[in-house]
This record gives sequence, C-alpha cells and structure tokens, in this order.
Amino acid sequence: MEILVCVKRVPDTAENEIEIKSDGTDIKRDDLVYSVNEWDNYAVEEAIQIRDKVGGSVTVITVGDEEGEEVLRRQMAMGADNGILLSDSAFEGSDGRGIATILKAAVEKGKYDLIMTGAQADDGAAQVGGMLAAMLDLPYASLVNKVEVDNGKLKVGREIEGGNQEMNEIELPCVLSIQTGINEPRYVGIRGIRKVASVEIPTLAAGDLGIDAATVGAGAARVKRVDYFTPEMGEGAEILEGSMEEKIDKLIELLKAKGGLK
Amino acid sequence: METALTPPSGLGILAILLSLVIVGLGVGAFTYILAKRIRPLFKAAPDFRKDRIFTRISNTFNLPHHRMPRYFLAGAIHITILIGFIVLSLRWISMVVMGFSADPYLPWHFAIVGDVYDVIRNIVATAVLVACIVAIVRRAYFRPERYEVPERFGKSHTPEAIFGVALIAALMVLDMMFEGSMVAAERQQDMAAKFLLPGTGVWFASLFFGAASQGTLQVVHGVSFYLHMVVFFGFLVYLPFGRLFHLVMSLPTLMAMKLDKGTVKPVRWGVDDDKLDSLESFGVKKFEDFTWKHMLDFYACADCGRCSDNCPANAVGRPLSPRFITIKCREYAKAAYPLQGAIKESVPLIGNVLEEDEIWSCTTCGACEEECPLLIEYIDKMVDLRRGMVDEGMVPQSLQKPLSAIEKRGNPWGKMEKKRAEWTKAIAEEVPVKEVNGKEEAETLFFVDSITSFDDRMQLIGQATAKLLHTAGEDFGILGKDEKDSGNEVRRFGEEMLFQDLKDHNTEMIKGSGAQRIVTADPHAFNALKHDYKDLPPVEHISQYLARRIREGKYNFKALQNGHKVYTYHDPCYLGRHNNLYDEPRAVIDALPGVKRVDMERCRDRSFCCGGGGLMLFYEPEEEQRMGVLRVKMAQEAGANVIVTACPFCLVNMEDAIKVAGLEGQMEAIDLAELVAQHLDE
Repeated sequence: MEILVCVKRVPDTAENEIEIKSDGTDIKRDDLVYSVNEWDNYAVEEAIQIRDKVGGSVTVITVGDEEGEEVLRRQMAMGADNGILLSDSAFEGSDGRGIATILKAAVEKGKYDLIMTGAQADDGAAQVGGMLAAMLDLPYASLVNKVEVDNGKLKVGREIEGGNQEMNEIELPCVLSIQTGINEPRYVGIRGIRKVASVEIPTLAAGDLGIDAATVGAGAARVKRVDYFTPEMGEGAEILEGSMEEKIDKLIELLKAKGGLK
Repeated sequence: METALTPPSGLGILAILLSLVIVGLGVGAFTYILAKRIRPLFKAAPDFRKDRIFTRISNTFNLPHHRMPRYFLAGAIHITILIGFIVLSLRWISMVVMGFSADPYLPWHFAIVGDVYDVIRNIVATAVLVACIVAIVRRAYFRPERYEVPERFGKSHTPEAIFGVALIAALMVLDMMFEGSMVAAERQQDMAAKFLLPGTGVWFASLFFGAASQGTLQVVHGVSFYLHMVVFFGFLVYLPFGRLFHLVMSLPTLMAMKLDKGTVKPVRWGVDDDKLDSLESFGVKKFEDFTWKHMLDFYACADCGRCSDNCPANAVGRPLSPRFITIKCREYAKAAYPLQGAIKESVPLIGNVLEEDEIWSCTTCGACEEECPLLIEYIDKMVDLRRGMVDEGMVPQSLQKPLSAIEKRGNPWGKMEKKRAEWTKAIAEEVPVKEVNGKEEAETLFFVDSITSFDDRMQLIGQATAKLLHTAGEDFGILGKDEKDSGNEVRRFGEEMLFQDLKDHNTEMIKGSGAQRIVTADPHAFNALKHDYKDLPPVEHISQYLARRIREGKYNFKALQNGHKVYTYHDPCYLGRHNNLYDEPRAVIDALPGVKRVDMERCRDRSFCCGGGGLMLFYEPEEEQRMGVLRVKMAQEAGANVIVTACPFCLVNMEDAIKVAGLEGQMEAIDLAELVAQHLDE
C-alpha cells in the first residue's frame, strides 16, 4: 500500500511557554522549540505499521520552509521511506484551504492508496484533512483511532461517547485524519536522525506542482487572522498565585471549602 | 608392598580397563560439553579486561571471600566446601592415579608431608560433609526465601541445588568408606594401621567396618573406589549443566571483573566516542551482542539469589529480578547452542527471552553488583539492552517526552534554557551567584544540574549549597543557561548519542569557564562528570567539599533547639555504591552540634534505592509499592524521624514516600546541604 502522511512542524507545546506579542500579530517565537505535530506523529507510526504488515511504502510530506525538512527527517528516522518538502514563498500565509490546495496538487503528482493527516495540529484548526479529501473527492474518515486493512478496503474506528467504539468501512483510496492514542509511536533517537541526515529530500515549489500562485498564500486566504490577545479574567474565575506548593495548598483548601474533597 | 586389602589396581586388567573407561568417558564428555558451551563466547562482542593484572589477581582472591559471609551461614558453608575442594584436589588426583597404580609416586604422599596432608584432608573432608548436610537441611527444610522461584520464572531450583550438594557429600562418604575399610582391615591383620584422627569421618568409617569380614571389607574397598570414580567424573560432566558450572567459570569471570565502579561500558569496546556513527547497530538486541565477559557471567552465576534479595525493584514487585536475567539468558544460551545439532538462529532477546518492562525497571542502583560474590555485572547489561531498545524505537511513552525535552532544551521538563539560573534570584542579596559565561570567571564551578535548577523544592538545595560555598569564602559561579543536563541517566537509559551531545556541550562550557574545580550537590551529575566525562577539572560532591572545609575550620555551627530529632543518613546510590563516599557525609552530619544520628540496618553499601533518579522519575513502572515507602519505613525502624539525603532525587522520592506512607508530621526528609546551612552560626 502506498501511503502518504501529511505532517506539520509546530511549536512544541510541552517545551515552550507560549506568550503573545504585545502588538497581537503573533506569538513570541524567539525562544520556541519545534517538533512534529503530535497527531501527525501518531499518523506516521500507524502508516509504518500498516506498511510493515501489508507492504508498500510510506511517504511523509509537509508544507513549509527549509526547517520543515527537520520534521521530515525525524519521521524518516522513524521509518518513513520518502519525504517531500513543499516550499515556495508563494505558499506563505496560506489558510487551511490554501494548504489543502497545495497538498492536493502534490497528492495528484503521486499515486497513493491512503492519505493520512493528524486530526488536528497544535497550532492549527483541524481543517486540512477534511478539505483535502473534499478537493480530491475521496472518502474521508476523521478522528480515526483504529485501522484494519481488509481486502483492499479499510475498517476504521472512532471513539464515541462513553468510551465506546464505532467501526466504519471505507473504500481505498481515501483520506483519514488520525487521533492520538491510536498506537504508541516509537522513539526516534539522535542516532536515527543522523542515519537519514544525508538522504535526499526533494523540494517542490508552486511551479513543480502546477499551482497558480494566486490561488494560495496570504493573498488568496479567505480566513485572515486579525488578532491575538489574552482574555480578561471572567466573573467567578480566579487565578492562584504563588509557588507550586502554595498553589496546591490553596487549591486543596478551595476544593475542601466547596465540598469537592472530604 | 604388602597391603591389608587388594588395591583397586591390583584387581586385574579388567579393573584397570574400568578405570580407563571411567576417566576417558568423564574427561571426554566434560571437554566436549565445555567446548559446546563456550561456543557463543567466540561470536560475542569484544570486551577489554586485560589491564591491571595484579589488581585482578588480588581482587579475585579477596572480594568473593569478603562477600560470601555477608550472608553468614551460606558464606560459612560455601567457604568450607571451597577450602575442601582446594585441599582435596590433591587427594582426587591420587584417587584417579590409584585406578592404575597401587602406590602412585605423587609428592604429597611421602614422609611427613604425606602424614600431615592425610590428617588435614581427613579433617577437611569431614568439615565438607558436615557443611553439605547443613546445606541440604537448610535448603530442604528451612528454605530461605531468596531461593524461591516466582511462578513466572518456572519451577523450583531446590532439587537441582540439593542434587549438586549431595554429589559432593557422596564423594566425601565414598572416600571415607574406601580409606576406612582399608584401615579396618589393617587393624584386623595387626599390621601397622594408618593413623586416623579421632572424630573425623574416616575414623568413624574405620570403626563402623571394624567387625566386618575380610571379604566384606574387600568389597567395600573396591566398590567405594569405583563409585567414587563414577561420582567424581559424573560430577565433572554435570558441572556445565547448571549452577555448578561456577566451579569452572568463576575463576575466569572473577579475573575479568569490572574494576571501575560508576562507569558504563562503551557502546562497543575499541570504538571511540567520535566513531560511534560508524556502528551498524547499537546495544544488545540478540544474545551474540553481549560481550564475552557478559556471557561468562551468565555461565558463572551460582544462583545464590543475593542479587535479587538486594534488588529494590524486585522488593517492590517490579517485573525485574536480576537473578532471572542471568538464568533466562543462560537457559537461552544452552538452548541456542545445543550439545547436539546446529546452532539455532538468534532471535531478538526482548520479547523472547526478556521483557521491556523488566529492563526499564532497573534503577541502576548497583545493589545486585555490590552483593554478588562472583562480581557479575548487571548495570552494563541493562544499559546495553536499553541501547538496543532505543535503537529500535522501543522506548515507553513516559520516557520519550523527557528525552525529547532534554534534546531540545537540555532538561527533562522542557523548561526554557534562560530560566536555568532563576533559582539564584531568591538569594541574590545574601549570596550573589555569578554566571560564568565568557565575561565573568570563577575558580570553582558549581554544577547545578537540571532538577536542582528547575524543581521548586530542589532549588532550596541549590540555594543552600550556594550559601555554604559563599560562607566558606569560595570564589564560585554557575554556567546558568549554558549548562545542560549532565546526562547520567540519559546514558544509563540507553540514549548514548544524546548523552554524547550533552557531554560535548557541557565539556566545552566547563572548559570555557576557566574554572579550576567543580562542585556539585547532585550525585548523578557527580558520577557523570567524574566517570563519563573526560579531561575535566577535579570534581567534588558537596559532602566531600563540606567535610574538607569543616576540617579546615571554615564554618561556625550552632546547635538547634530540636532535641527530639533523630537523624539517619540515607546513602544515595551514586554517592555510595558507585563512588565509595560513605564516610564524608556522615562526618559532616556528626560535625553538627547536638545532632543525634543513627544508621539504618541497610546502610552504606547495602543502602536501599529511593526509587531512582534522573529519567527514572518519569518512568511509570508496574509495582506493588514504592521503593521510597519501604525506605522510609526502614528509617522509622531505625528509630529516626529525619532522613538526611545528599541527592535531590533521593529527596524527591523520600518526601513523596513520606506522604504516601502517611507519615507526615512523624518523619521528614532534608538534604545534607540544607541541614548544614541550617546550623550555620552567622
């Protein structure tokens, strides 16, 4: 099975303190560290497991600048066979639809049976998977937490209320958006990354993909970001101050006072 | 020479032929099996054990005999039998030769030497027989707990253990019968009977057979001789099948012992750190990836159970039992390299022989290695197996996050580098702490490491340490944002390349700082800087520093008004067992006026791990209870109500354990530096 997994390089939420620039145009990026979006990491692991079971290959793809290569290499160290970087100044500032447009062009240049995305990105809005499927006119299952390959079809699962599981059948080729927890992604060590450090990763620009630059990028974005701000504290909200110990003590006090703890 | 009974070699050509067959079959089978057993050693990874030969010889003869009596009865039994084997080896040579010649010309047979040797060997043989009987009774009826085999590891080893000892007892009894029957016959014939020391086994035998007829005595003499021969060579052939293989393997294993505590073996001996990228595979994935010394370890294990008896992971019900790491690998080696037929294709150890959780359960505390009378290594094997798992991506999710955070931010919490020195702000007025990066210099570098830099509670250790350095007039500074995690556990959890990056970075920063010496309050950092890093200025743990400065009279102490407090010192593994620092921290505590200190039963080199430091804080083990809880209870049993540690990780675990054990208000934990700082008279 030929599998394409769309991945994204995002600020690592576990290892950054996200603060907003005073002018509200962006978050402060000077001290940020980046990694592959967590949901995408699960998608790549799932793709590798499917490939190991039924054969084929896994390609990871991302839209971004040269630094996007870093996440592609990490996913290749994990076990993906190929990486493709989609990079062009014309792509900058694309909204979700723009990104889906770029990815669609790249998908059509290859021949894939299965396209996977993360269910959402840490810094995203969970748009691309669905839009990409619609643009490709392919069946789409979202929030997938289980994949079984079954004679040229897939059975895909989704968690529903109460911890129950729903199973759906879907024809190939299709697009899946993958939920975290579907598997346990393997560890990628420094050594693994070094081993793929010199593997060639092709970079495709708008021209290579046959994309009209006017249909993507900031200019074509129909959803435009206008502001970032920290919300005012609402009525009834309280932010505990002090050291960790003090905060915990206050929290316990509050819980006890309101009868939450006995 | 006229003898009272016909000696075995005088019974005719068939008797001599029988001797020949027994010796031939015995030696032949033993050699064949031995050759088959050591085959994997030739396919093993290289190991370097040829240095410091005199230390090796001296350790080989000293260490096991210091360690055996740590379990007193077992040790006494074993030392008796061991001495027996050494003394009786000459007798056994005589016995074999007697199968062919009535009066062998062997040097220990003549004149006074022969007489003295005979008396000594008869005493020794009697002692061995008694030791064997005690051993069998102890094993069969008293059943010390450490010999039990948990169900998941198979059947009881007791029958095998008793069988081996019974063979030794049989050798003793048969020799007593052989010699006793001859002396009885000599007495009956009024010949000059050989002197037998009253009370020895052979003396009893001679009395027992005193009234037997000449014919009976002749039969006893002959039959006991050939039975002895069969049991002796049977014993030899049986050795390579189980625990008794240690009779053969212990000497080479001991000679090849690991000499440098606190270190971790390189990924591959002979490959320098900067050539690691050239290796195809990392760590131990299949049996043949072990080094030959580590394979020897498997064969040398006597199955005494002391490792697991001291293993904290085993004590709290984690899946790990070091004893069975060895036993399972040994069984694998025997099955994969069979006595007959082709060598089996090697399979991945993890999943087939060992389990992931088993290997991650180890805190690398070193209690097993400290106890093993054969100095079998476990930590290096754990590290090698982890290297293999890391290379295959088999790392629990709970460890992936901190590893990735260390890679990106230099600390396992993923905190920002620039906040690494924030702990100094709270004491800035009283104790100014310099950051030595380029502009400012300091004579002494305080290597803080991650937990003391970032954990709210452990920052107090950093602040106390800084205060103590300042009070002693030390010109010191920290690396601040340029410091990264020392990587002690990164390396011991198998992520060698990340460790190499951390080491290279820290080494460059430390050297660039111009510091003349390093002090740290974190034993894990201390261990890494001292053993894993190269060419750094000398490193001291704060306990050594304080002991030295107290001797120099740099501090004035006052007594505290807390007469009800009884202190006990918990030896951190990376200070004690891995670096032999037991006395300095105690000397520091004892220098404080009015401090009453007691030791726990398990202290010093038998200290019980708090639960593990570094990445072990993040690992979520399967366990029935926490190591720290057990440790806190041990402190309580010792009559203490304050646990003094000298390691931030111990402090985390102890404070948590006090809460979990419900001992808040009755027990507290404090770091050595904090305790000393409390007593400063300013």
